[in-house]
Amino acid sequence: MYSFFSFKHSHPHHYSPALFLYSSWWGGVQMGPPDPILGVTEAFKRDTNPKKMNLGVGAYRDDQGKPFVLSCVRKAEALIAAKQLDKEYLPIGGLGEFTKACAQLALGADNEVLKSGRSITVQTISGTGSLRIGANFLSRFHGGPRDVYLPKPSWGNHTPIFRDAGMQLKAYRYYDPSTCGFDFKGALDDISKIPEQSVILLHACAHNPTGVDPKPEQWKEIADLVKKRNLLVFFDMAYQGFASGDIDRDAWSVRYFIEQGHNIVLSQSFAKNMGLYGERVGGFTVVCNDADEAKRVESQLKILIRPIYSNPPMNGARIATTILNTPDLRSLWLEEVHGMANRIIKMREQLVAGLKKEGSTHNWQHVIDQIGMFCFTGLKPEQVERLTKEFSVYMTKDGRISMAGVSSGNVGYLAHGIHAVTK
Amino acid sequence: MSIFSDVPQAPPVAVFKLTADFREDSHPQKVNLGVGAYRTDDSQPWVLPVVKKVERLIVEDDSLNHEYLPILGLPEFRSASSKVALGDDSPAIKENRVGGVQALGGTGALRIGAEFLRRWYNGTNNTATPVYVSAPTWENHNAVFADAGFKDIRPYHYWDAAKRGLDLAGLLDDLEKAPEHSIFVLHACAHNPTGTDPTQEEWKKIAEIMKRRKLFVFFDSAYQGFASGSLEKDAWAIRFFVSEGFELFVAQSFSKNFGLYNERVGNLTVVAQDNENLTRILSQMEKIVRTTWSNPPSQGARIVSKTLNCPELFAEWYVPNGHMPLTSADIIAECLTDYFHFHMNVQNSVFGEKYCSCCRIYLSFISLSPPLCRKGNVKTMADRVLLMRDQLKSKLQALGTPGTWDHITQQIGMFSFTGLNPKQVEYMIKEKHVYLMASGRINMCGLTTKNIDYVAQSIHEAVTKVQ
Repeated sequence: MYSFFSFKHSHPHHYSPALFLYSSWWGGVQMGPPDPILGVTEAFKRDTNPKKMNLGVGAYRDDQGKPFVLSCVRKAEALIAAKQLDKEYLPIGGLGEFTKACAQLALGADNEVLKSGRSITVQTISGTGSLRIGANFLSRFHGGPRDVYLPKPSWGNHTPIFRDAGMQLKAYRYYDPSTCGFDFKGALDDISKIPEQSVILLHACAHNPTGVDPKPEQWKEIADLVKKRNLLVFFDMAYQGFASGDIDRDAWSVRYFIEQGHNIVLSQSFAKNMGLYGERVGGFTVVCNDADEAKRVESQLKILIRPIYSNPPMNGARIATTILNTPDLRSLWLEEVHGMANRIIKMREQLVAGLKKEGSTHNWQHVIDQIGMFCFTGLKPEQVERLTKEFSVYMTKDGRISMAGVSSGNVGYLAHGIHAVTK
Repeated sequence: MSIFSDVPQAPPVAVFKLTADFREDSHPQKVNLGVGAYRTDDSQPWVLPVVKKVERLIVEDDSLNHEYLPILGLPEFRSASSKVALGDDSPAIKENRVGGVQALGGTGALRIGAEFLRRWYNGTNNTATPVYVSAPTWENHNAVFADAGFKDIRPYHYWDAAKRGLDLAGLLDDLEKAPEHSIFVLHACAHNPTGTDPTQEEWKKIAEIMKRRKLFVFFDSAYQGFASGSLEKDAWAIRFFVSEGFELFVAQSFSKNFGLYNERVGNLTVVAQDNENLTRILSQMEKIVRTTWSNPPSQGARIVSKTLNCPELFAEWYVPNGHMPLTSADIIAECLTDYFHFHMNVQNSVFGEKYCSCCRIYLSFISLSPPLCRKGNVKTMADRVLLMRDQLKSKLQALGTPGTWDHITQQIGMFSFTGLNPKQVEYMIKEKHVYLMASGRINMCGLTTKNIDYVAQSIHEAVTKVQ
């Protein structure tokens, strides 16, 4: 009986050595579905129409449609480069100066929680990494029901993140398609029925995908009801500063809840508000009863983090810290964030003006009322399809557009296209 | 009543606790032989010169931005990394059945691989598939696979404490007895923590059994180039297994061989039977990455990618066959750069030629003095470690320390399993302020020409005074 292997050595080109395995280990692996949002970008890339618009993925673009590297980021990078720092491992919980500045940004520097040391913040791999660590932590330590209540709709990735961490997903009413606004009554109604000690996820500002945020008085009622139901609040804040242009205003809901006695958990991202997307900068915070509890929670977060990636990446955290802690860079940042938010707000106004000019008789007020990077236009799937096919305007099927992809140069074309498919 | 009132305090990670204790120690002669990061002869961290150069290039490049990388990472990084592991002329790469997933360090690569295996290997969501890790192994291996959902993580025989070497018979026996389709985590080279690797002949025996018993090969490759100074030599086991037709995973880390510890640069190399399988595998890897970190950090991958893909930069990082002798013209041209290695151990060989025993080359073709030779940044690190191994052994032998100390030079990589028992380790820490792991593992990089006498003396005392 000949040996397969000796044959292989004498005729290396005639035999694939892999043939000894009659079938691959992976025959049963199914093809994963394409990511719905990235799929939009793929299709956009293939389109040859010079007027094409990519209103899919949520990354900020300037008025020329180009990625925007903030000046404060470039300046911070130059400062860091000059310091010639080493590349030693960060602690598992991340760069200490970063986590401190990150917590202060969210909670306000003179927040009682920070002064008493009863919270813990760890550096995470941007918002996704933060949500995942949070989900893992809840899965392991939360004694209440395993259900996480998401607003309907929510960011598409929330569901698989919590599910992979072992939690189950439920929903509460949020978006009202008839008004393209907040279904306040529906939300209160659903929240009042959530079993005690369940987890409720709230978007702190600039709700993704709808752009619909509760007003302060509505937040107050929600906070009250959530306390009555004894729910654990998980805030996702990915757009602080980016929504209204004001970092304190955008963090108002988070600070209010804490003030009202909720011991929240919070995910923060610096992807959008500092334009640090690919550097993966984020934080996860747990507000505890006291400093001792915070220490115990911290130790357990480290135990969760270590077997995922050991310790977080330095570069982005250094940049963010330098910006937050260097007074003139911080002011520059606040200006630039204000500028980004303003451009978005201006595009909203111009889009509505453009639609009126086209002769649209629909009520487009929601485009202006909604806030942040995204706009839930109210377009139906068939209308979205037409907009894509006939005008090469790419967006997700739910009618969501990324306002960041709109510029003064193409807002007229967009208004024209939307009017054409909705008249 | 807090929802978290029952959260217990978790124990600190041992290796970091050791460094924390070291930092608090005020003894003037204290030495840290704990955590695994390279140190220069001045006990300083070392940012590779080529890394500094590339970082400058990146900062000065206005065309670069901070946009998201694709979910699987920077394409040029992934392909270059897999090439480093499998070789430029790898048939598997030519056959288009090799893919990479950029990950956060070696840890991240292991975790993504583990999550994939739990979901898709040996059935679907089969958490009962046994996962074998060496006894001993890097302490995080267990948690990576456990947190990925595997319920049955077992040791395989590896370190023979009595003979201070590989327990080959035990290892082969475990392979024979493991249930078919079990997953085995193999250290590609420079085994952590023992520094003891199978020989090529031993690897062949391991491969034969694994093939016959349909065991899954998951290589952990954290020290390629760093161990022997040769990328090829350190990847021999991986390349052998690939040539034997295995479908396998390699978790690669660039923390040590690029000194990029805190930028979290790693790559999970996937070798599949064919491109069709590879495509489906990568599509599922994307789903896993998306719920873990969405997409990986760009800085470290850019640095590694630029270096690996540019021949001149690559040559600063790594020179095959060790050295590129410099002509006098080279020397004059480069005298302002910091790529030189000043030979520390130039001796006269038996043939009367000048010989550098740390670089292990003859210097006869260089006429200028002091003798200069360019070697890649990787070899600079590897050679210092080899020198320390050499010297530690010599000094222990000179002191007449009981026992044999050959294992110090036979072992390879950053770590050495000294053979010191826990009581002796305690003596080293408490009495001599020399910090090492309870297992007796020392980081050779913590040794320098300045502290090696003290450390040797301390080991001598520990062995003679403490049983």
